[in-house]
Amino acid sequence: MTDVSTNGYKSGSNLERVLAAGHFAVTGELGPPKSHDADVIRRKTQMLKGYVDAANITDNQTAIVRMSSIAAGAILVQEGLEPVIQMTCRDRNRLAMQSDLLGAAALGIKNVLCLTGDHQSFGNHPTAKNVHDLDSLQLVRMVKDLRDESKFQCGEEIKGGGPGFFIGAAANPFGDPFEWRPYRLAKKVAAGADFIQTQLIYDIPRFKEFMKRVVDMGLHEKVAILAGVGPLKSSGMARYMRDKVPGMIVADEYVDRMVAAVAGIPKEDKAARRDAWRAEGIKICIEQIQQLMEIEGVAGVHIMAIEWEAAIQPIVEGAGLLPRPEVNGR
Amino acid sequence: MIVAEQKPLAEIKAMLAGYQKVLVVGCGTCVTVCFAGGEKEVGILASALRMATRLDGNGIDLDETTVQRQCEWEYIDPLADRLEDYDALLSLGCGVGVQTLAERFPSKRVLPGLNTSFMGLPTEQGVWEERCQACGNCILDMTGGICPIARCSKQLLNGPCGGSQNGECEINPEIPCAWQLIWERMSALGLLEQLMEVQPPKDWSTSRDGGPRRIIRDDLRLPEDYRDT
Ligand code: SF4
Ligand code: SF4
Repeated sequence: MTDVSTNGYKSGSNLERVLAAGHFAVTGELGPPKSHDADVIRRKTQMLKGYVDAANITDNQTAIVRMSSIAAGAILVQEGLEPVIQMTCRDRNRLAMQSDLLGAAALGIKNVLCLTGDHQSFGNHPTAKNVHDLDSLQLVRMVKDLRDESKFQCGEEIKGGGPGFFIGAAANPFGDPFEWRPYRLAKKVAAGADFIQTQLIYDIPRFKEFMKRVVDMGLHEKVAILAGVGPLKSSGMARYMRDKVPGMIVADEYVDRMVAAVAGIPKEDKAARRDAWRAEGIKICIEQIQQLMEIEGVAGVHIMAIEWEAAIQPIVEGAGLLPRPEVNGR
Repeated sequence: MIVAEQKPLAEIKAMLAGYQKVLVVGCGTCVTVCFAGGEKEVGILASALRMATRLDGNGIDLDETTVQRQCEWEYIDPLADRLEDYDALLSLGCGVGVQTLAERFPSKRVLPGLNTSFMGLPTEQGVWEERCQACGNCILDMTGGICPIARCSKQLLNGPCGGSQNGECEINPEIPCAWQLIWERMSALGLLEQLMEVQPPKDWSTSRDGGPRRIIRDDLRLPEDYRDT
């Protein structure tokens, strides 16, 4: 067994310690490459290290085959950046999930985010069979039972104790039915989630409404809620997310600001437009973080700068969240 | 009922290549009701194939028949006497019908003319929707009579997922989100409380995952000495 000395922590992960110490946590996202190139991971690690408390590694995000989140996570461990491995229910049944969780723990991984997974019809293997043996809630419960009961899902005992993960789940405050969303979060907490990372937020008033319900239900005291943000890259992306992405709401204000950011820059000057967009995207993101920090029940932010990991540093810095705290074990 | 669709003519034609005399066998039950393989469709398909193969210069001689139910021995047994003349049977039954014919008449080539799609119902004229996946352990009591196994694209038992919006499933705006429907129904019934329980992992062993399924009812079975099969 690698460790038993978690000193009263569930996992002893850096993310858990930062949250337990009452700091406003920062996590980021790191997308593995569509190849076996470990250097991509190492390069991206350098962009995030020191700026986030832990980095999520996506698991075949949008159903596109990429390097395994656990393998990439092991590289992060070697490089000294704490990973949160994402695990979807789309590609694996309960046997494969548990075996991968044991493997992940053996490689020094301490955080796992349990997800349903985007449908394979969105990805690059739309003819694949999907699994969904468990749903994300059942996965949360299974990881909790591995940890707290030292039991496999079938009830069999894990000799020598189960792997101690800090267990995350996702929440989409913008999906429908809207009234049901806080209850769905409550179910995830009941299933055993320790932290929640939300879907990208581009509608702060609606998120506030959601958080009010969450706080009224007392859920923020049982689970650490990290609000999801991400810098917009262009006005086209903002419009696309507003109009086309299921379960996403983007306030017109942000779309308008992204449009205005390139006003006066000729269409041909692609580089200037790109820079102007990116600067505005980062600016909006920083403002959002500052607004989110004021909302009761928000314990941190999760920054998703997809294929733009270099944006993390200016965002965290701009939001006044540096240096990241160092919390040693109790 | 079982809902099926006819295969494209070109595919059926390719399947029949090399056969001279073919019997098209329709079924008078589910596939008649869904306009895929009843007497009428048998007639239309047979004429289309006659014409198409004749144009190709190798006209197939096709006869037509429709049994009341292709998935039971007693309804197909009377075909036995007339099969000698045929090189192949083209079944317009569902997958069960095709296999019933193939099992009963092992010396005959039996080919499928339909794609069996799902168990469902017509929701309006010309529209059929899936309703049940035969998971072998029905949970409709917990979900207000709406099946998340058949109707949620991710078979969630504690849904909805994050992609549900405006009542639509994330994979296709034409597909209603099953969990939106479940939520509405349970809410109208005043039973939302029941959706708060965390449903444990499903036992899929009663589903296809447990291997091909079989039901034996000793109360109905004939004593061993009297069984035909
Ligand atoms: S729960 Fe199972 S048996 Fe019941 S309708 Fe759904 S798939 Fe069919
Ligand atoms: S949108 Fe609704 S039906 Fe579609 S996968 Fe999600 S919960 Fe299931």
